[in-house]
Amino acid sequence: MSNTATGNRGLTLEEPLLFEQGGPGRSGVDLPDALPVAERLGGLRRRGPIGLPDLSEPEVVRHYTRLSQQNFGIDTVIYPLGSCTMKHNPRLNEKVARLPGFADLHPFQPESTVQGALELLDSAARWLKALTGMPAIAMSPAAGAHGELCGLMTIRAALDDRGQARRLVLVPESAHGTNPATAAICGYEVETVPANARGRVDLAALKARLSGDVAAFMLTNPNTCGLFEDEILAIAEAVHRAGAFFYCDGANYNAIVGRLRVADLGIDAMHINLHKTFSTPHGGGGPGAGPTVLAAALAPFAPLPSIVRDEQGWRLIEHARDSRRKPLGRIKGFHGQFSVIVRALAYMMSLGGDGLRQASADAVLSANYLLARLSEGGLTPAFAGPCMHECLFDDRFLDGTGVTTLDLAKALLDEGAHPMTMYFPLVVHGALLIEPTETESKASLDAFADALLALVHKARSGQAVELTAAPRLTPRRRLDETRAARQPVLRWKPDTTDKGD
Amino acid sequence: MRYLPLSDADRRAMLQTIGVADVEDLFGDVPAAARPVDGFGLPDHASEMEVERRLARMAARNLSAGNAPCFLGAGAYRHHVPAAVDALIQRGEFLTSYTPYQPEVSQGTLQALFEFQTQVAMITAMEVANASMYDAATACAEAAAMACRLTRRRRVLLSGQLHPHYRSVTATQLQFTQAQVEAQPPDPHSGEDLIRRVDGETACVVVQNPGFFGQLIDYSDLGEACRAAGALLVVAVAEPVSLGLVMPPGAMGADIVVGEGQPIGNSLNFGGPGLGLFATRQKYVRQMPGRLCGQTADADGRRGFVLTLATREQHIRREKATSNICTNSGLCTLAFSIHMALLGESGFAHLAALNHVQAVTAADALARIPGVRVLPSAFFNEFAVKLPRPAAIVVEALARRGILAGVPASRFYPDHRELSPILLVACTETNSPEDVEALVGGLREVLR
Repeated sequence: MSNTATGNRGLTLEEPLLFEQGGPGRSGVDLPDALPVAERLGGLRRRGPIGLPDLSEPEVVRHYTRLSQQNFGIDTVIYPLGSCTMKHNPRLNEKVARLPGFADLHPFQPESTVQGALELLDSAARWLKALTGMPAIAMSPAAGAHGELCGLMTIRAALDDRGQARRLVLVPESAHGTNPATAAICGYEVETVPANARGRVDLAALKARLSGDVAAFMLTNPNTCGLFEDEILAIAEAVHRAGAFFYCDGANYNAIVGRLRVADLGIDAMHINLHKTFSTPHGGGGPGAGPTVLAAALAPFAPLPSIVRDEQGWRLIEHARDSRRKPLGRIKGFHGQFSVIVRALAYMMSLGGDGLRQASADAVLSANYLLARLSEGGLTPAFAGPCMHECLFDDRFLDGTGVTTLDLAKALLDEGAHPMTMYFPLVVHGALLIEPTETESKASLDAFADALLALVHKARSGQAVELTAAPRLTPRRRLDETRAARQPVLRWKPDTTDKGD
Repeated sequence: MRYLPLSDADRRAMLQTIGVADVEDLFGDVPAAARPVDGFGLPDHASEMEVERRLARMAARNLSAGNAPCFLGAGAYRHHVPAAVDALIQRGEFLTSYTPYQPEVSQGTLQALFEFQTQVAMITAMEVANASMYDAATACAEAAAMACRLTRRRRVLLSGQLHPHYRSVTATQLQFTQAQVEAQPPDPHSGEDLIRRVDGETACVVVQNPGFFGQLIDYSDLGEACRAAGALLVVAVAEPVSLGLVMPPGAMGADIVVGEGQPIGNSLNFGGPGLGLFATRQKYVRQMPGRLCGQTADADGRRGFVLTLATREQHIRREKATSNICTNSGLCTLAFSIHMALLGESGFAHLAALNHVQAVTAADALARIPGVRVLPSAFFNEFAVKLPRPAAIVVEALARRGILAGVPASRFYPDHRELSPILLVACTETNSPEDVEALVGGLREVLR
């Protein structure tokens, strides 16, 4: 490609750092003058300038608009990241979350002035309890991993309350990394349970590892291979017979929401990623929310705060002394991810019970459609179908081509599609985990399958270099991650920043 | 159903390609015993108009802070957020993108994170900052855990000036680890002596500046004492706007700074989501929790950004990770960063000065009411006052008059009777002189 004088390429504009722009004598805000009063800082006034650049509003708007144009988002392209549920983010949710009666509420207003907000939290809690069939819920966890922490700490508290000092948490080999990391914070050692040839938990191996020393078994269901754990009732029975608790990682709840109650699967606790199943925007990395449903045996230990309703209306229970339970304590400041929960409730109300059931059907249908089309085109499924909401391939179909899963993913970027999740789960060689979600049209699914199959055809017909050199058309080509880790440059400084070669 | 693009004809064609007759056949692995026969008892789908109407009705049952003179703080602060902030974070490329694991198509998010990390490091006067935690309370717990790892010690000392939610989240989150958390009693009169309590077993001392009751404290001597004892000084900042005017933690010898970023760029949202700020020294970076964005170059040698040092994180390191955090507060960091960009050096200092002036003015006016005493001798934009009555009752009475007067300390410490007359009053640039008059007038009436 020919170079331009500016480095810009049409709509793809090079944008310097904020700190390389601006200068004194302008501002992006107009503030009233501060009245002269005797300051009362006790001598603790900041000395010297901070070094922030001064910019006007048009400069700031252009900076961030240009940066935005260097991102893929669901709004522009299919984003089939397995285990991430990148579905359409309805704009109604954004609109209602910004109503002043929700957005402009202080967490410590008197309860009499926030009855609608407490009603909303209670209403969302009721929906989630009805959908899962679970009797209790903790609404304050901030994300999936935080919900896991809430669930596992609740389990630990329940076991401690029974005077049972158990040492181990079991997770499948294919578990999300957050599962073992969470177990470690709760003081548990982690042992893994292998999968069977069908990509499910090896029940015999699980039973062999279960003992009076096991506190919990953590399982994602549908699992990280995109398969429903068809022996889940036997798993739950074995876990419970050992006196352990059964934790479900709800990252893949989108496949089953509105179709079955997790309570009926024997699950004792599960977090729900509102930023996955319930469509709240992922925002380039958050915020999310991870409300955690709990079985009756765990409910007394759920963290603070909780909401109750009496004759005076809704009230927040913020202290153990006001609770008839034995709450864990507080796991998050204030009352949880309120504005994320507003969005999720708007989504649940919009789809309703019938729409959620249709959404999970369409999510599973779409994944199976891609499984069929891509298998037909030569990709090698890791396990026999049908799958649930995501389909998993290994990299056997690339044998002898000189092309890797990573190359294929990078070549998809040039084709205007976000890649699938790669190299996860770890149990499948060169894994490609594809989760289209229910919000892609058939035309979009076909376009994605066509693009991927065209790339596979190239790989197999001696044009490997087109993939190994990809991407070429994105705002940046492959980035040197080794250099980033070996010589970490984690902030701009006036003296050390270079602009590349 | 407006969010579902597949038509029945599409569904039939897709089923045919798959080779099954009915979509229910794809759910054959679900045990029959787990399929509800009686439905879920939930309402059916609803139109956009209907959902909006029902939620707006709930919103209308709240008193939004903008409709009342509002002096609430205690860790959540109401500032004016410039219109450009919300417009920019709603661009779909920011709003609807995932964590930037594919850097070639995520340079927008990544560059914004790199700029955010730089801004946070600059205002706290620390060397490095991460790409965010959930909120200040959870960041505080992570800082204490990090200090235990770095020092290989167990004793975590929490100041009585530390926000009670930060204290309680830290205690909850560390209760099953090796750490021993010792919380000092709440300290409204700023009399605690932490230096005397630092010893050779201490992993860290966690303080807050400005303190929960408003007092500004120079922690330089405590920092020295920590260094001498091999402990770390962790400083929490609940109101980051203070850093435009007040000496930053880095200048007091802080080893780790945690903070709440909500007050810059983000609405109150009834307390969530928050934005956890986390900064430290370069030499500790490999023990830091959370994501980090770093600078590198692409295959053509052009500057670019990636998530880096992931070997600290759960998806690589699993049970040996520095934290279990994955999703953080991405879009809130963007809002913070855009607001900071609009403020710039001059605007940030000006905003902080305005807040301080408002608070001094209000404190002087309140101090003239008989029986009311302002407790901190030095403060930024929030201060505790001692009232001649239980503060919770006064707050309720003023709420009935449409005034959000402040936060009673008893809301956090119901068992500490000595705190019952204490009210936290916060002022920001959003408070008008009429607001202060309403507060002072209302308080005079209620206390009469």
